[in-house]
Amino acid sequence: MKAPAVDYVRPGSLAEAIDLLAKSQDEARVIAGGQSLVAMMNLRVAVPRLLIDIARLPELTAVADDTEAVTLGACVTHAAIEDARIADPSRGLMPKVASGLAYRAIRNRGTIGGSLALSDPAAEWPGVLTALDAEAMLCGPTGRRSLKCAEFTTGIFETRLGPDEIVESIRIRKLSPEARWGYVKLCRKSGEFASALAVVVCDRALGYWRVVLGAANGAPLVLESASRVVSEGAMGQLQEAVRDDLDRAADRHFDEFQLNLHTVVAMRAAQQALS
Amino acid sequence: MSEAGGNAGAAHNQASSAVRLTAIRIRLNGSAVADDVPPRLSLADFLRERRNLTGTHLGCEHGVCGACTVLVDGEPARSCLMLACACDEREVETIEGFAGDPVIDALRRTFHQHHALQCGYCTPAMLITARDLILRQRAGSAREIRDGLAGNICRCTGYTNIVTAIAEAARELRRGAANAQ
Repeated sequence: MKAPAVDYVRPGSLAEAIDLLAKSQDEARVIAGGQSLVAMMNLRVAVPRLLIDIARLPELTAVADDTEAVTLGACVTHAAIEDARIADPSRGLMPKVASGLAYRAIRNRGTIGGSLALSDPAAEWPGVLTALDAEAMLCGPTGRRSLKCAEFTTGIFETRLGPDEIVESIRIRKLSPEARWGYVKLCRKSGEFASALAVVVCDRALGYWRVVLGAANGAPLVLESASRVVSEGAMGQLQEAVRDDLDRAADRHFDEFQLNLHTVVAMRAAQQALS
Repeated sequence: MSEAGGNAGAAHNQASSAVRLTAIRIRLNGSAVADDVPPRLSLADFLRERRNLTGTHLGCEHGVCGACTVLVDGEPARSCLMLACACDEREVETIEGFAGDPVIDALRRTFHQHHALQCGYCTPAMLITARDLILRQRAGSAREIRDGLAGNICRCTGYTNIVTAIAEAARELRRGAANAQ
Protein backbone atom coordinates (compact mmCIF):
# COMPACT_ATOMS: atom_id res chain seq x y z
CA MET A 1 0.00 0.00 0.00
CA LYS A 2 0.94 3.64 -0.14
CA ALA A 3 1.49 6.02 2.73
CA PRO A 4 -1.35 8.42 3.55
CA ALA A 5 -1.14 12.11 2.69
CA VAL A 6 1.17 13.92 5.03
CA ASP A 7 3.11 17.16 5.34
CA TYR A 8 6.87 17.14 5.66
CA VAL A 9 9.37 19.48 7.19
CA ARG A 10 13.11 19.22 7.68
CA PRO A 11 14.10 21.58 10.50
CA GLY A 12 17.63 22.96 10.69
CA SER A 13 18.15 22.38 14.41
CA LEU A 14 16.96 20.23 17.27
CA ALA A 15 15.40 23.27 18.94
CA GLU A 16 13.37 23.96 15.82
CA ALA A 17 12.31 20.31 15.63
CA ILE A 18 11.08 20.38 19.23
CA ASP A 19 9.26 23.63 18.63
CA LEU A 20 7.45 22.12 15.64
CA LEU A 21 6.65 18.99 17.62
CA ALA A 22 5.28 20.95 20.56
CA LYS A 23 3.08 23.04 18.26
CA SER A 24 1.74 20.06 16.33
CA GLN A 25 -0.62 18.92 19.09
CA ASP A 26 0.06 15.25 18.70
CA GLU A 27 -0.46 15.23 14.95
CA ALA A 28 3.24 15.08 14.08
CA ARG A 29 5.63 12.18 14.11
CA VAL A 30 9.37 12.53 14.23
CA ILE A 31 11.07 10.62 11.42
CA ALA A 32 14.72 9.60 11.44
CA GLY A 33 15.57 6.54 9.33
CA GLY A 34 11.89 5.84 8.82
CA GLN A 35 12.50 2.12 8.57
CA SER A 36 9.60 1.33 10.89
CA LEU A 37 7.55 4.51 10.53
CA VAL A 38 7.31 4.49 6.73
CA ALA A 39 6.43 0.78 6.79
CA MET A 40 3.72 1.57 9.35
CA MET A 41 2.51 4.45 7.18
CA ASN A 42 2.44 2.22 4.10
CA LEU A 43 0.32 -0.23 6.10
CA ARG A 44 -1.81 2.71 7.36
CA VAL A 45 -1.07 1.73 10.94
CA ALA A 46 0.47 5.16 11.46
CA VAL A 47 -1.35 8.16 10.00
CA PRO A 48 0.58 11.26 11.05
CA ARG A 49 -0.34 14.67 9.64
CA LEU A 50 3.18 16.01 9.70
CA LEU A 51 6.59 14.38 9.51
CA ILE A 52 9.47 16.18 11.19
CA ASP A 53 12.65 14.82 9.61
CA ILE A 54 15.54 14.84 12.09
CA ALA A 55 17.81 12.37 10.30
CA ARG A 56 20.41 14.92 9.26
CA LEU A 57 20.55 17.16 12.32
CA PRO A 58 24.23 17.46 13.25
CA GLU A 59 23.37 17.41 17.00
CA LEU A 60 21.81 13.98 16.53
CA THR A 61 24.45 12.34 14.38
CA ALA A 62 27.39 13.31 16.62
CA VAL A 63 29.33 10.83 18.72
CA ALA A 64 31.21 11.87 21.88
CA ASP A 65 33.88 9.62 23.31
CA ASP A 66 35.12 10.51 26.81
CA THR A 67 37.05 8.47 29.34
CA GLU A 68 34.00 6.91 30.97
CA ALA A 69 31.39 6.62 28.29
CA VAL A 70 30.47 6.95 24.66
CA THR A 71 27.48 9.13 23.79
CA LEU A 72 25.80 8.23 20.53
CA GLY A 73 23.57 10.74 18.80
CA ALA A 74 20.10 9.31 18.36
CA CYS A 75 20.46 9.29 14.57
CA VAL A 76 23.56 7.09 14.47
CA THR A 77 22.67 4.24 12.12
CA HIS A 78 22.82 0.53 12.87
CA ALA A 79 25.30 0.17 9.99
CA ALA A 80 27.69 2.72 11.55
CA ILE A 81 27.62 0.66 14.74
CA GLU A 82 28.00 -2.61 12.82
CA ASP A 83 31.05 -1.34 10.96
CA ALA A 84 32.55 0.18 14.14
CA ARG A 85 32.84 3.48 12.25
CA ILE A 86 32.19 5.08 15.62
CA ALA A 87 33.60 4.44 19.06
CA ASP A 88 32.35 1.20 20.62
CA PRO A 89 31.88 1.31 24.42
CA SER A 90 30.71 -2.31 24.53
CA ARG A 91 33.81 -4.26 23.53
CA GLY A 92 32.16 -5.78 20.49
CA LEU A 93 28.64 -6.38 21.80
CA MET A 94 26.96 -3.52 19.93
CA PRO A 95 28.59 -4.25 16.54
CA LYS A 96 27.55 -7.90 16.96
CA VAL A 97 23.97 -6.89 17.73
CA ALA A 98 23.84 -4.43 14.82
CA SER A 99 25.16 -7.01 12.35
CA GLY A 100 22.12 -9.21 12.95
CA LEU A 101 19.53 -6.45 13.07
CA ALA A 102 17.20 -6.62 10.04
CA TYR A 103 19.05 -6.33 6.72
CA ARG A 104 21.91 -4.18 5.56
CA ALA A 105 19.62 -1.95 3.48
CA ILE A 106 17.58 -1.30 6.64
CA ARG A 107 20.67 -0.89 8.82
CA ASN A 108 22.02 1.80 6.50
CA ARG A 109 19.06 4.04 7.33
CA GLY A 110 17.59 2.85 10.63
CA THR A 111 18.83 4.56 13.79
CA ILE A 112 19.50 3.51 17.37
CA GLY A 113 17.43 6.40 18.76
CA GLY A 114 14.52 5.54 16.49
CA SER A 115 14.62 1.94 17.62
CA LEU A 116 14.59 3.00 21.27
CA ALA A 117 11.87 5.62 20.77
CA LEU A 118 9.60 3.10 19.06
CA SER A 119 10.47 0.30 21.51
CA ASP A 120 9.15 -2.56 19.44
CA PRO A 121 9.15 -5.38 21.98
CA ALA A 122 11.01 -7.67 19.55
CA ALA A 123 13.67 -5.10 18.66
CA GLU A 124 17.28 -5.48 19.76
CA TRP A 125 18.34 -2.10 21.13
CA PRO A 126 15.93 -1.64 24.05
CA GLY A 127 17.13 -4.91 25.63
CA VAL A 128 20.79 -4.44 24.75
CA LEU A 129 20.85 -0.86 26.05
CA THR A 130 19.15 -2.03 29.24
CA ALA A 131 21.82 -4.71 29.63
CA LEU A 132 24.53 -2.08 29.15
CA ASP A 133 22.87 0.18 31.75
CA ALA A 134 22.74 2.96 29.13
CA GLU A 135 21.03 6.30 29.64
CA ALA A 136 18.86 8.11 27.12
CA MET A 137 18.99 11.90 26.93
CA LEU A 138 15.57 13.31 26.09
CA CYS A 139 15.11 16.84 24.86
CA GLY A 140 11.84 18.76 25.15
CA PRO A 141 10.54 22.34 25.17
CA THR A 142 11.47 22.82 28.83
CA GLY A 143 14.93 21.33 28.57
CA ARG A 144 16.71 18.04 28.85
CA ARG A 145 16.38 15.07 31.14
CA SER A 146 18.16 11.77 31.24
CA LEU A 147 16.57 8.44 31.91
CA LYS A 148 18.03 4.95 32.22
CA CYS A 149 17.08 2.87 29.21
CA ALA A 150 15.90 0.25 31.70
CA GLU A 151 13.19 2.73 32.74
CA PHE A 152 12.60 4.30 29.36
CA THR A 153 10.61 1.46 27.81
CA THR A 154 7.48 0.70 29.81
CA GLY A 155 5.65 -1.78 27.61
CA ILE A 156 4.85 -2.85 24.07
CA PHE A 157 5.60 0.26 21.97
CA GLU A 158 5.23 2.23 25.20
CA THR A 159 7.87 4.54 26.64
CA ARG A 160 8.30 7.47 28.98
CA LEU A 161 9.08 9.76 26.05
CA GLY A 162 6.77 12.78 26.25
CA PRO A 163 4.69 13.76 23.21
CA ASP A 164 6.85 16.87 22.76
CA GLU A 165 10.19 15.20 23.48
CA ILE A 166 12.84 13.78 21.15
CA VAL A 167 15.50 11.22 22.04
CA GLU A 168 18.68 13.23 21.59
CA SER A 169 21.42 10.78 22.47
CA ILE A 170 22.28 7.61 24.31
CA ARG A 171 25.13 7.46 26.77
CA ILE A 172 26.75 4.08 27.23
CA ARG A 173 29.30 3.52 29.95
CA LYS A 174 32.47 1.84 28.67
CA LEU A 175 32.95 -1.73 29.68
CA SER A 176 36.30 -2.56 31.25
CA PRO A 177 38.86 -4.72 29.45
CA GLU A 178 37.84 -7.61 31.76
CA ALA A 179 34.20 -7.40 30.76
CA ARG A 180 32.49 -10.33 29.08
CA TRP A 181 29.18 -10.44 27.29
CA GLY A 182 26.88 -12.95 25.70
CA TYR A 183 24.22 -12.31 23.08
CA VAL A 184 21.77 -14.80 21.62
CA LYS A 185 18.93 -13.93 19.28
CA LEU A 186 16.59 -16.62 18.07
CA CYS A 187 14.75 -16.05 14.83
CA ARG A 188 13.84 -18.35 11.98
CA LYS A 189 15.55 -16.29 9.29
CA SER A 190 18.60 -14.02 9.49
CA GLY A 191 17.53 -10.48 10.18
CA GLU A 192 14.00 -11.15 11.34
CA PHE A 193 12.61 -9.76 14.55
CA ALA A 194 13.56 -11.98 17.47
CA SER A 195 11.40 -14.79 18.82
CA ALA A 196 13.63 -14.67 21.87
CA LEU A 197 16.66 -12.61 22.73
CA ALA A 198 19.03 -12.59 25.68
CA VAL A 199 21.89 -10.27 26.58
CA VAL A 200 24.31 -10.93 29.40
CA VAL A 201 26.90 -8.38 30.48
CA CYS A 202 29.45 -9.19 33.21
CA ASP A 203 31.98 -6.63 34.24
CA ARG A 204 33.82 -7.64 37.40
CA ALA A 205 35.93 -4.46 37.40
CA LEU A 206 32.76 -2.35 37.54
CA GLY A 207 30.97 -4.80 39.84
CA TYR A 208 28.23 -5.06 37.26
CA TRP A 209 26.26 -8.09 36.10
CA ARG A 210 22.99 -8.11 34.21
CA VAL A 211 20.92 -10.68 32.35
CA VAL A 212 18.18 -9.21 30.15
CA LEU A 213 15.55 -10.75 27.90
CA GLY A 214 14.12 -9.02 24.86
CA ALA A 215 11.09 -10.08 22.82
CA ALA A 216 9.50 -10.59 26.23
CA ASN A 217 5.87 -9.51 25.60
CA GLY A 218 6.65 -6.06 26.96
CA ALA A 219 9.59 -3.97 28.07
CA PRO A 220 12.99 -5.67 28.28
CA LEU A 221 12.93 -8.05 31.22
CA VAL A 222 15.84 -7.86 33.67
CA LEU A 223 16.34 -11.30 35.25
CA GLU A 224 17.35 -10.42 38.80
CA SER A 225 17.99 -13.92 40.16
CA ALA A 226 19.88 -14.94 37.04
CA SER A 227 21.97 -11.79 37.23
CA ARG A 228 22.91 -12.63 40.81
CA VAL A 229 23.77 -16.23 39.92
CA VAL A 230 25.92 -15.01 37.03
CA SER A 231 27.72 -12.59 39.38
CA GLU A 232 28.56 -15.56 41.62
CA GLY A 233 29.59 -17.65 38.63
CA ALA A 234 27.28 -20.38 39.90
CA MET A 235 26.28 -21.79 36.54
CA GLY A 236 24.77 -24.91 38.15
CA GLN A 237 22.00 -22.76 39.63
CA LEU A 238 21.37 -20.71 36.52
CA GLN A 239 18.51 -22.64 34.97
CA GLU A 240 16.56 -22.61 38.21
CA ALA A 241 17.23 -18.90 38.66
CA VAL A 242 16.02 -18.11 35.13
CA ARG A 243 12.87 -20.16 35.75
CA ASP A 244 12.27 -18.30 39.02
CA ASP A 245 12.64 -14.97 37.23
CA LEU A 246 10.25 -16.07 34.51
CA ASP A 247 7.74 -17.34 37.07
CA ARG A 248 7.81 -13.94 38.75
CA ALA A 249 7.02 -12.32 35.40
CA ALA A 250 3.55 -13.85 35.30
CA ASP A 251 2.12 -10.62 33.89
CA ARG A 252 3.97 -11.34 30.64
CA HIS A 253 1.75 -14.36 30.00
CA PHE A 254 4.48 -16.46 28.42
CA ASP A 255 3.25 -19.75 27.01
CA GLU A 256 5.28 -22.90 27.54
CA PHE A 257 7.05 -22.57 24.19
CA GLN A 258 8.13 -19.01 24.99
CA LEU A 259 9.27 -20.05 28.47
CA ASN A 260 11.49 -22.65 26.85
CA LEU A 261 12.87 -20.21 24.27
CA HIS A 262 13.61 -17.58 26.91
CA THR A 263 15.30 -20.10 29.16
CA VAL A 264 17.41 -21.44 26.31
CA VAL A 265 18.60 -18.02 25.11
CA ALA A 266 19.35 -16.85 28.66
CA MET A 267 21.38 -19.99 29.36
CA ARG A 268 23.28 -19.79 26.08
CA ALA A 269 24.05 -16.10 26.49
CA ALA A 270 25.26 -16.67 30.05
CA GLN A 271 27.46 -19.54 28.91
CA GLN A 272 28.94 -17.29 26.19
CA ALA A 273 29.65 -14.60 28.74
CA LEU A 274 31.21 -16.90 31.31
CA SER A 275 33.08 -19.31 29.04
CA MET B 1 -2.40 17.86 -6.68
CA SER B 2 -5.21 16.93 -4.34
CA GLU B 3 -4.41 14.40 -1.64
CA ALA B 4 -7.30 12.99 0.35
CA GLY B 5 -6.71 12.29 4.02
CA GLY B 6 -6.99 8.51 3.93
CA ASN B 7 -8.12 7.06 7.23
CA ALA B 8 -7.71 10.29 9.11
CA GLY B 9 -10.69 12.06 10.64
CA ALA B 10 -12.75 14.73 8.92
CA ALA B 11 -11.14 17.49 10.97
CA HIS B 12 -7.80 16.41 9.63
CA ASN B 13 -9.04 16.54 6.06
CA GLN B 14 -10.32 20.02 6.62
CA ALA B 15 -7.10 21.16 8.18
CA SER B 16 -4.93 19.99 5.30
CA SER B 17 -7.10 19.23 2.30
CA ALA B 18 -4.20 20.23 0.07
CA VAL B 19 -0.86 18.87 1.18
CA ARG B 20 2.03 21.04 0.14
CA LEU B 21 4.45 19.76 -2.45
CA THR B 22 8.07 19.56 -1.43
CA ALA B 23 10.82 20.62 -3.80
CA ILE B 24 13.64 18.12 -4.14
CA ARG B 25 16.92 18.08 -5.96
CA ILE B 26 18.65 14.75 -6.20
CA ARG B 27 21.50 13.33 -8.18
CA LEU B 28 19.92 10.38 -9.97
CA ASN B 29 22.22 7.96 -11.81
CA GLY B 30 24.71 10.78 -12.17
CA SER B 31 22.32 13.47 -13.42
CA ALA B 32 20.86 16.35 -11.47
CA VAL B 33 17.09 16.02 -11.14
CA ALA B 34 14.66 18.50 -9.62
CA ASP B 35 10.98 17.88 -8.94
CA ASP B 36 8.11 18.85 -6.65
CA VAL B 37 6.71 15.83 -4.88
CA PRO B 38 3.91 15.15 -2.44
CA PRO B 39 5.65 14.14 0.81
CA ARG B 40 3.92 10.77 0.92
CA LEU B 41 5.51 9.70 -2.37
CA SER B 42 8.02 6.92 -1.80
CA LEU B 43 11.37 6.98 -3.53
CA ALA B 44 10.31 3.79 -5.34
CA ASP B 45 7.18 5.41 -6.77
CA PHE B 46 9.14 8.53 -7.63
CA LEU B 47 11.63 6.45 -9.61
CA ARG B 48 9.06 4.28 -11.33
CA GLU B 49 6.27 6.74 -12.00
CA ARG B 50 8.03 10.07 -12.40
CA ARG B 51 11.38 9.00 -13.85
CA ASN B 52 10.20 5.86 -15.68
CA LEU B 53 13.00 3.87 -14.03
CA THR B 54 11.01 0.66 -13.80
CA GLY B 55 13.97 -1.58 -13.02
CA THR B 56 13.26 -0.81 -9.36
CA HIS B 57 10.52 -3.26 -8.39
CA LEU B 58 7.97 -3.21 -5.61
CA GLY B 59 6.96 -6.37 -3.82
CA CYS B 60 5.81 -5.95 -0.25
CA GLU B 61 6.10 -2.18 0.27
CA HIS B 62 7.04 -2.63 3.88
CA GLY B 63 10.72 -3.40 3.78
CA VAL B 64 10.70 -7.19 3.87
CA CYS B 65 11.10 -8.43 0.28
CA GLY B 66 14.00 -6.25 -0.81
CA ALA B 67 12.88 -5.96 -4.46
CA CYS B 68 13.01 -2.15 -4.31
CA THR B 69 16.63 -1.90 -3.11
CA VAL B 70 18.57 1.00 -4.66
CA LEU B 71 21.67 2.90 -3.58
CA VAL B 72 21.20 6.08 -1.57
CA ASP B 73 24.46 7.96 -1.08
CA GLY B 74 26.24 4.81 -2.22
CA GLU B 75 24.58 2.47 0.28
CA PRO B 76 21.76 0.00 -0.33
CA ALA B 77 18.40 1.26 0.90
CA ARG B 78 14.77 0.22 0.58
CA SER B 79 13.19 2.69 -1.80
CA CYS B 80 9.73 1.70 -0.49
CA LEU B 81 10.75 2.87 3.00
CA MET B 82 12.30 6.15 1.90
CA LEU B 83 10.19 9.14 1.10
CA ALA B 84 11.29 10.88 -2.07
CA CYS B 85 11.29 14.19 -0.19
CA ALA B 86 13.77 12.79 2.34
CA CYS B 87 16.18 12.10 -0.55
CA ASP B 88 16.60 15.82 -1.23
CA GLU B 89 20.29 16.58 -1.82
CA ARG B 90 21.18 12.90 -1.84
CA GLU B 91 22.58 10.67 -4.57
CA VAL B 92 20.43 7.82 -5.81
CA GLU B 93 21.51 5.02 -8.11
CA THR B 94 19.15 2.50 -9.61
CA ILE B 95 19.84 -0.64 -11.60
CA GLU B 96 19.68 1.52 -14.76
CA GLY B 97 22.71 3.49 -13.54
CA PHE B 98 25.49 0.91 -13.34
CA ALA B 99 26.83 0.98 -16.92
CA GLY B 100 30.53 0.17 -16.82
CA ASP B 101 30.54 -0.81 -13.13
CA PRO B 102 32.98 -3.72 -12.97
CA VAL B 103 31.21 -5.50 -10.08
CA ILE B 104 27.78 -5.28 -11.68
CA ASP B 105 29.29 -6.37 -15.01
CA ALA B 106 30.77 -9.48 -13.37
CA LEU B 107 27.51 -10.23 -11.56
CA ARG B 108 25.45 -9.86 -14.73
CA ARG B 109 27.76 -12.31 -16.47
CA THR B 110 27.71 -14.90 -13.68
CA PHE B 111 23.94 -14.56 -13.11
CA HIS B 112 23.58 -15.33 -16.83
CA GLN B 113 26.03 -18.22 -16.80
CA HIS B 114 24.58 -19.84 -13.66
CA HIS B 115 20.94 -19.25 -14.55
CA ALA B 116 20.51 -17.25 -11.37
CA LEU B 117 17.07 -15.93 -12.21
CA GLN B 118 13.77 -17.21 -13.44
CA CYS B 119 11.06 -14.55 -13.48
CA GLY B 120 13.62 -11.82 -12.83
CA TYR B 121 11.49 -9.76 -10.49
CA CYS B 122 14.01 -9.84 -7.65
CA THR B 123 17.07 -9.64 -9.92
CA PRO B 124 17.81 -5.87 -10.04
CA ALA B 125 17.83 -5.69 -6.24
CA MET B 126 19.75 -8.97 -5.99
CA LEU B 127 22.46 -7.43 -8.18
CA ILE B 128 22.61 -4.24 -6.12
CA THR B 129 22.70 -6.19 -2.83
CA ALA B 130 25.30 -8.64 -4.17
CA ARG B 131 27.46 -5.75 -5.37
CA ASP B 132 27.39 -4.31 -1.86
CA LEU B 133 28.28 -7.69 -0.31
CA ILE B 134 31.25 -8.04 -2.64
CA LEU B 135 32.45 -4.49 -2.05
CA ARG B 136 32.18 -4.92 1.73
CA GLN B 137 33.96 -8.28 1.45
CA ARG B 138 30.97 -10.18 2.77
CA ALA B 139 30.80 -12.68 -0.09
CA GLY B 140 33.56 -15.03 0.99
CA SER B 141 31.52 -18.17 1.57
CA ALA B 142 28.11 -19.52 0.58
CA ARG B 143 26.98 -19.12 4.17
CA GLU B 144 28.06 -15.50 4.29
CA ILE B 145 26.34 -14.78 0.98
CA ARG B 146 23.11 -16.42 2.15
CA ASP B 147 23.22 -14.37 5.31
CA GLY B 148 23.72 -11.19 3.30
CA LEU B 149 20.84 -12.07 0.97
CA ALA B 150 18.38 -12.72 3.80
CA GLY B 151 16.68 -9.42 3.05
CA ASN B 152 16.09 -10.16 -0.63
CA ILE B 153 13.35 -12.65 -1.34
CA CYS B 154 13.33 -14.78 -4.49
CA ARG B 155 10.29 -16.98 -4.91
CA CYS B 156 11.52 -18.84 -8.02
CA THR B 157 15.05 -20.10 -7.74
CA GLY B 158 15.53 -21.41 -4.23
CA TYR B 159 18.64 -19.17 -4.14
CA THR B 160 21.13 -21.92 -5.01
CA ASN B 161 22.10 -20.49 -8.39
CA ILE B 162 22.05 -16.93 -7.07
CA VAL B 163 24.52 -17.84 -4.34
CA THR B 164 26.70 -19.69 -6.86
CA ALA B 165 26.68 -16.73 -9.23
CA ILE B 166 27.63 -14.23 -6.51
CA ALA B 167 30.42 -16.49 -5.22
CA GLU B 168 31.73 -16.85 -8.76
CA ALA B 169 31.66 -13.09 -9.40
CA ALA B 170 33.41 -12.46 -6.08
CA ARG B 171 36.14 -14.98 -6.99
CA GLU B 172 36.55 -13.49 -10.46
CA LEU B 173 36.93 -10.01 -9.03
CA ARG B 174 39.41 -11.16 -6.37
CA ARG B 175 41.49 -12.89 -9.07
CA GLY B 176 41.33 -9.76 -11.22
CA ALA B 177 42.43 -7.60 -8.28
CA ALA B 178 45.29 -10.00 -7.44
CA ASN B 179 46.47 -10.04 -11.06
CA ALA B 180 46.41 -6.27 -11.21
CA GLN B 181 48.85 -5.99 -8.30
